[in-house]
Amino acid sequence: MSWTRSLLALVAVIVLAADPVSAQSILRIGLNDDPDALDPTISRAYTGRLVFAALCDKLFDVTPDLKIVPQLATSYEWGPNQRSVVLKLRPGVKFHDGEPFNAEAVRFNIERHLATPGSFRKSEIGEVKSVDVINDLSVRLNLSEPLVPLLAALTDRAGMMVSPKAAKELGDRFGTRPVCAGPYKFVERVAQGKIVVERFADYWDKANIQIERIEFLPITDSTARLASLRSGDLHMIERVSPSDLAQIRADARLKVVGIAELGYQMIPLNVNNGPRGKVLGGDPRIRQAIDLAIDRETIVKTIFGNEYIAGNQFVSPTSPYYNSKFPVRKRDVAKARQLLREAGVPNLAFTVIVPPERDRQEAALVLQAMLAEAGITMTIQSQENVTMLQAGRRGDFEAYFTFWSGRPDPDGNIYTFNICNGGQNDSHYCNASLDALLIKARQTADPAERKKLYDQTTEILLRDLPRLILWHRRVFTGFNAKVQGFTPYPDGIIRFRGLKLS
Amino acid sequence: MSLGLYIARRLVALVPTLLLVSVLIFSLQQLLPGDPALALAGEDHDPAAVAAIRAKYHLDRPLVVQYRIWLGNVLRGDFGESLRNRIPVSELLASKLPVTVELAVCSMLVALLLGLPAGVLSATRKGTPLDFTANLVALSGLSVPHFWLGIMLILLFAVRLGWLPASGYATPWEDPLRNLTTLLLPSIVLGTGVAGVMMRHTRSAMMQTLDADYVRTARAKSVPERLVVLKHALRNALIPIITLGAIEFGRLLSGAVLTEQIFNIPGFGKLLVDGVFNRDYAVVQAVVLVSAALYVLLNLLADVLYFVANPRMRGGA
Repeated sequence: MSWTRSLLALVAVIVLAADPVSAQSILRIGLNDDPDALDPTISRAYTGRLVFAALCDKLFDVTPDLKIVPQLATSYEWGPNQRSVVLKLRPGVKFHDGEPFNAEAVRFNIERHLATPGSFRKSEIGEVKSVDVINDLSVRLNLSEPLVPLLAALTDRAGMMVSPKAAKELGDRFGTRPVCAGPYKFVERVAQGKIVVERFADYWDKANIQIERIEFLPITDSTARLASLRSGDLHMIERVSPSDLAQIRADARLKVVGIAELGYQMIPLNVNNGPRGKVLGGDPRIRQAIDLAIDRETIVKTIFGNEYIAGNQFVSPTSPYYNSKFPVRKRDVAKARQLLREAGVPNLAFTVIVPPERDRQEAALVLQAMLAEAGITMTIQSQENVTMLQAGRRGDFEAYFTFWSGRPDPDGNIYTFNICNGGQNDSHYCNASLDALLIKARQTADPAERKKLYDQTTEILLRDLPRLILWHRRVFTGFNAKVQGFTPYPDGIIRFRGLKLS
Repeated sequence: MSLGLYIARRLVALVPTLLLVSVLIFSLQQLLPGDPALALAGEDHDPAAVAAIRAKYHLDRPLVVQYRIWLGNVLRGDFGESLRNRIPVSELLASKLPVTVELAVCSMLVALLLGLPAGVLSATRKGTPLDFTANLVALSGLSVPHFWLGIMLILLFAVRLGWLPASGYATPWEDPLRNLTTLLLPSIVLGTGVAGVMMRHTRSAMMQTLDADYVRTARAKSVPERLVVLKHALRNALIPIITLGAIEFGRLLSGAVLTEQIFNIPGFGKLLVDGVFNRDYAVVQAVVLVSAALYVLLNLLADVLYFVANPRMRGGA
């Protein structure tokens, strides 16, 4: 008898210990890799942003069609010549440690982004020279030069506000126990295992937050990730690979939605970066010939089953900034051959560096075959990604196959790649009239005016072609049918407002 | 020679081995393509950020100096801090080691439960269909790739039948039931591989001892066959199997890279792979060094067990 009783007690203990939060709703999200430090200032990895969406609210957010909307700031007003901007802040907001969110906190955070050694935000908002606290709920950011895209930077990690008290206490270990003002507060992190957050009772918009607890589980193997979604262990998975879509669509319990990404896949061509710029630099007709020999639609259709979008500009065809006067061109091999003859290189040969990654390797092979039909010999050289990027920086390339993750503001997709001496202008392309347009676009607040300026840049870039932009991926999110109220965003980040688990 | 002296001699010999391992890890890692500072600096490659990272992690110093700094710190028990998530590496090791040990123990249990009886049975029934089947199964266990078996088991037990979780891990004190269910499939994957080796070794060792004179004598004394096999033959056959077990256990401890990856178990193997992909030098160095030390220590343990189990070893050697 006593044995039975002890056994029952033991079972009860195990059951009770087993699931302390079974009564609550828990959302489990599979991440493609383990995020780096959970500190908005030094965070670098994309996956970290998915976790930050739960932990840290930002000054602004973007809508699915990339309009800037209030979050912790309620409005903004540009000063004279766009050299300063005044932000009005949301009243009654608290950080997870109970500290108030106010103008002082904004100043602290911006200064922290700018002054922390190893900050990855400095390059995003480096133009902020000082922050004035006007009153408890308004601040002025003073800029060294007019910079309209600054607001878009504040919709991402640069706009995330952390508790000044916690940041001072934890110092450079803040990322191990982040304290922000988002809908969920940090509970625990098991490196490579999981990150757990739970609903913050004092969240300013708590009426719209239904799910009580979220677990982020990094699962690097895509087959295992998909299996966990299908078995019900995971409720959502991010950045689903196109090859996994069929399985999800075939399963009635699962759903998948996709949206055009902000970035693009591209091949920068060496126009003037050292001696290797001689092959493809000089006469733009050479680069136009390469461009004409490529059939982007076929690449997208054959390699990606039409799940991706053929592209030729620094924004995708679905973006309001896409210049519809210049759609993706039809392939024209005869014209390509003619241009090469006119440029005096009928037997053009060059080398493209491609990292050992399936999508780009396959695309490179198709490109090679397409170019061969126009009499162009493209040699494929495989090189590890970071090594390739270093070669790009040094100018030790003729062409290389890379991508840009994209930014909500068009400036982030074009400026540093194309302006003379731009930080990412590995082609060393330099065009004074393009520079003037790019700088003017940074100073123009009116979207319609900016669109006109960017339309002109597109025209110049499609003529000079320092980079071949090839396609835009779709970001796919797979989820269990129990998950309701999910809206896809082009940045691929899951928003938790309005999300429910039935 | 006494056992104590033997262990002491072996422990002293451990120092140069580990030192050599540390030099190897350090220099091999330098051959990894890609600059960690650039890998850490993100998409923007801000040159100031790259330089700051280099200085912070001494990446701008000559290799010999880097090695000296690292070794000095390691000797003080400081493995540095993960370049990626800023968590002290010793903390990472301390949290991953118990997971990997638990997985290794469970896998060993599976291996012993399957491998030993199968080996004994096939040795006593040599040439029968049973022997043939056991050999076939053991060979399959040895040859089937872990990642394939893992995925198949997940698809069957988690996706199709829904009996077990597909991946993840919970510590025994936070959720004992989930702890067991999450470890079951990976233990089977790892255990069957080891069981194959176990079975083959048990079989050949058993066949040898079953031919020995003392077994014939025992049979002649009409000792029941069950006792002959289990008491006379198996006990002596166990000596090489103990050694093998210790070595296999060491191998399991050094991280089941693929299995941990597929089942998403946050152990040594996953720590190592993620470290390599992220150019997380500090983590990779520490994991490899600790794994090497564990492996060497378990080898030592195997020798000691052998020494204890086999009286002949104590004579001269």
